[in-house]
Amino acid sequence: MSNPTFARPPADGDGPAAGRPGLRLVLRGATLPALLFALWWSAYHFGWTDSKLFVPPEKVWETAQKLWENGSLLASLGGSLQRFLAGFVLGSLVGLVVGTALGLSRLLEGLVGPTLHAVKQVSLLAWIPLISVWFGLGDTSKIAFLSLAAFFPMMLNTFEGIRSVPKDLTEVARVFAYSRLQLLHHVVLRSALPSIFTGIYLALLYAWLATLGAEYLLTSGVGIGNLLTDGREHFWMDQVLLGIVIVGAVGFVLNLVAGRFEASALKWRENATANY
Amino acid sequence: MALPAVSGLASPLDPALRHDPARGRASARPVGGQPALAAAPAGPMEAPPQAAAQGTPWPQRLRRLALAWPFPIALLLAWQLAADNEWIPPQILPAPSVVAQTFLDLFESGELQDHTLISLGRVLYGFALGSGAGLLLGVAMGLSTTAKEFLYPTFKIFAQVPSLGWLPLLMMVLGIDEALKIVLISKAALVPLAMSTYNGLRGVPNRYIEIAKVYGFNRRQLLQKVVFPAALPPIWNGLRYGLTHAWLALVAVELLASSEGLGFLIVYGRQLYQLDVVLAAVIVVGSVGLLLDKLLALIESRLLRWRVAAF
Repeated sequence: MSNPTFARPPADGDGPAAGRPGLRLVLRGATLPALLFALWWSAYHFGWTDSKLFVPPEKVWETAQKLWENGSLLASLGGSLQRFLAGFVLGSLVGLVVGTALGLSRLLEGLVGPTLHAVKQVSLLAWIPLISVWFGLGDTSKIAFLSLAAFFPMMLNTFEGIRSVPKDLTEVARVFAYSRLQLLHHVVLRSALPSIFTGIYLALLYAWLATLGAEYLLTSGVGIGNLLTDGREHFWMDQVLLGIVIVGAVGFVLNLVAGRFEASALKWRENATANY
Repeated sequence: MALPAVSGLASPLDPALRHDPARGRASARPVGGQPALAAAPAGPMEAPPQAAAQGTPWPQRLRRLALAWPFPIALLLAWQLAADNEWIPPQILPAPSVVAQTFLDLFESGELQDHTLISLGRVLYGFALGSGAGLLLGVAMGLSTTAKEFLYPTFKIFAQVPSLGWLPLLMMVLGIDEALKIVLISKAALVPLAMSTYNGLRGVPNRYIEIAKVYGFNRRQLLQKVVFPAALPPIWNGLRYGLTHAWLALVAVELLASSEGLGFLIVYGRQLYQLDVVLAAVIVVGSVGLLLDKLLALIESRLLRWRVAAF
């Protein structure tokens, strides 16, 4: 980039590199991964280790190609994503409804809130053994568990969002004689939207984590978790490494998609909030 | 903003789930990919919720208590009734009285305490290691732009994969012994702590530093009197978040590869179809998680007492 005026400002206004941002940052950021990668590569090629667990980088790539060609990579990814989506949609919808109800009614919140909060304390994965007794070892169990993982962040953030709707907004709506439904739709939910999005983010992330957990512990079916478990059981390090890369990539993409979606859904806020 | 004290729900035990309306959409957004790295919100934090809790008037507390109990009690009664009339087979859901009895039995035989202590020991060991390393990493990246430029991208990539994703790899490399548990728990604690320390240090308002410069503070004074106190709330948030994640990772690793500990107790009960054992262990898992978090919250409100006076 020869013309600094058109250079993108560095992300979150970082550091004094603002003068010539791109190249130096990239080079510095890439140093450590490149070093590690070189170490990995040379450790294999110069025979520093003969451990069976130590596979060279190209072997991982070959495995990726092999699994892609015989379709098992796509099947695992598809299986996991399907489950993930079903559980996420179910859990976050219920979370949205419950969170809204609790947010709107102090009575309901007083009655049910503390119980929900206590249940939330249980470490997520500890539910799997129970759920597997109640729903079997198949997809029903996994989806039930995923829904549970998505439910709590969604419910809590919706609730918080609705509770923090400024009172002046609802008062203005009252002056305009909005009906209850109008109030909910045009004022309350809209004002709670940023918080609801925080809930969506966390629900996505927890649901993805739960997908892995469910596939580790309920081993029937195909999925990325099964890919990893299989690799571990057969000591196929290449497959395990591939699985890890995929897990990271999916998480990254989910985050990205949610970010885009949030940006477009909250576009109207640009003129509405103070710009510093 | 709803007073956290008024509503049981709003008291945010999981800091990452907290949403601060004042900072709008940028607030509790996970900074990275997975929950394991979704760091505490960036920037200076608001006053700790405990500060508000102290000011709750008594009638409201009573009302809250009176409201909180009917629902769970009704639920328990319905459950007991269903079990007594055998509407639900005991293999699917044992009666609450049976669970309570099992709990007492396990407690009296000392088994429950043994498993709990083993789990606690693991979590504290791993958490101490992981949070120490995370703190160092966060401080390095927060204070030095050079360190940040070299380390941050790699850290981000590493953190992108949740602890559960690393588990199979670690099991192959380390086996399923104690080392596996400690490393996994450390990783779970390291990421949020490094992230929130980094964000906290970067979020210290520039005007504080300018004032310190006007007073001619040297670097040591600047760090000790200005930067770290200002960054403490987010760092502490990261600590709480890290502990929550360490506990989550512990349960995961004990469910998958352990012969002792609370997670093992759950798996063991499940294998024998003794759901009363499973439920008893689940209750302990939840309570210990809650207690650990409350403990950190308590320390936080003590550490940050000076902040309250300012408002």
